Amino acid sequence: MPTKTLAGTPVDTDEEGFLVNHSQWNKDIAAALAAEEGITLGDGHWKVLDFIDTDFKEKGAVPGMRRMNKVGNIPTKDLYALFPDGPIKKAAKISGYPKPASCV
Amino acid sequence: MKTLLILGAGTAGTIMAGALRKKLPKGGWTITLIDRARDHYYQPGYLFMPFGIYEEDDVRRPMSRTVPRGVDYREADVDRVDAAANRVFLQDGSEIPYDVLIIATGVRPAPEQVEGMVDGDWRKNVHEFYTFAGAKALTERFKSWQGGRLVVHICEMPIKCPVAPLEFTFLADAWLQEQGLREKTEIVYVTPMSGAFTKPVASGVLARLLEEKRISVIPDFAIARVDAARKAIVSWDEKEVPYDLLVTVPPNMGAEMIARSGLGDELNYVPTDKHTLQSKAHANIFVIGDATDCPTSKAGSVAHFESEVLTENILHFIAGQPLRSSFDGHANCFIESGHGKAFLLDFNYDQEPVTGTFPLPAVGPMKLLGESRLNHLGKMAFKWIYWNVLLTGLPIPFVGHQMSLRGKNIPPKELKTAA
Repeated sequence: MPTKTLAGTPVDTDEEGFLVNHSQWNKDIAAALAAEEGITLGDGHWKVLDFIDTDFKEKGAVPGMRRMNKVGNIPTKDLYALFPDGPIKKAAKISGYPKPASCV
Repeated sequence: MKTLLILGAGTAGTIMAGALRKKLPKGGWTITLIDRARDHYYQPGYLFMPFGIYEEDDVRRPMSRTVPRGVDYREADVDRVDAAANRVFLQDGSEIPYDVLIIATGVRPAPEQVEGMVDGDWRKNVHEFYTFAGAKALTERFKSWQGGRLVVHICEMPIKCPVAPLEFTFLADAWLQEQGLREKTEIVYVTPMSGAFTKPVASGVLARLLEEKRISVIPDFAIARVDAARKAIVSWDEKEVPYDLLVTVPPNMGAEMIARSGLGDELNYVPTDKHTLQSKAHANIFVIGDATDCPTSKAGSVAHFESEVLTENILHFIAGQPLRSSFDGHANCFIESGHGKAFLLDFNYDQEPVTGTFPLPAVGPMKLLGESRLNHLGKMAFKWIYWNVLLTGLPIPFVGHQMSLRGKNIPPKELKTAA
């Protein structure tokens, strides 16, 4: 399992750089993961990350687009503006959760 | 007298009505089946209509022929379920109390969920083939097709029968060749996923097939709107794919009635225990088929396998026993690849589709994840099996509700997850 150092802390990741152990996540690590994607985190990003965190703890899965819209009150357009090219995947990574399972 | 009420007389609801009628005493239990439709449709057949392989009468039978004997059928629109009061309200104002409820209301294509999809070009140059009306309209559209850009498109996952858009693409390629129109037609496959299919081994095999057939794939495309005036679909990140004919799979939503009853998630799917098929919110409500949020394919084969588990579990529930039967997510899907050939996939919650033979090791006779004429004949024979065996609740020989690992070539590193 790859290990890398983010914000001065070693963390375990999978091959695509998603954290394997959410307990290693904190806000500084989020900022470092965001920087890897070329994103500087602001209030808009944190609204998304906080929703993913709350929803994951309740449902055990990263919410999909429709759930972000309906339950999180975050329009798809905003998600693409905040996390360009695959917002769900990027937001999941920055929030320290696994890559969303491919749908069946 | 107690009442078992089933909402939805599609594949799952009809099988459950027949199976439970055989098990529950006639003197003790009424079984009532409700659906708004007058006819029962063989939904896998829609795919074949645009290519003239099936006609309307192949896929449609009156409910009077498919509703099992001893079951009380009501053609009605359901307004809502009042789960706290164990009652279902119909739109005509009447109400039906129940002791046990089975929700089998499936999913529907919801094109109105995509901006611009039902404006202007709908059923003209923008089509779907997941409804009887849609398959009929597309059949007509193909009759005047002279070539151009055919875009086959999936809006978002999950969808019913996730292999159907690929099958449609392969069948279109073969049909266009037969019509002498293939050289005049560019075929483009547009998907929100990162590849042709959801599962890695199958996705690789199918991607090669798309390439051989000169079908280009545009992955990771999340549709924002249809621009009918400019005949293009546009993604959230402003990528554009122009079309002359768009064959799309709209978002798949559960019944509106589920939302009105407060029983569903954001897609109106009912949160369901993926092994027992009991609703997570109410002990006397069970869910089967496309209506559940179970992480397996929304497909008739799944509904059929689930029906064996659910029949046992409902009998356990009525007897006050623990729900001992467990569903493993088993799905079994034929993929038509054109020119009288097909692939076969067999998988479950834990085991992705792999190569091998089916249903018997080495003997087959059908090939898993390989193209063969026999697989195609299997798919064609299935229409007869559906009307005469499956809907009547008879078992299909050699194929049980629990997926078998026999005959499957499983890569060594995956064995431990499959065990």
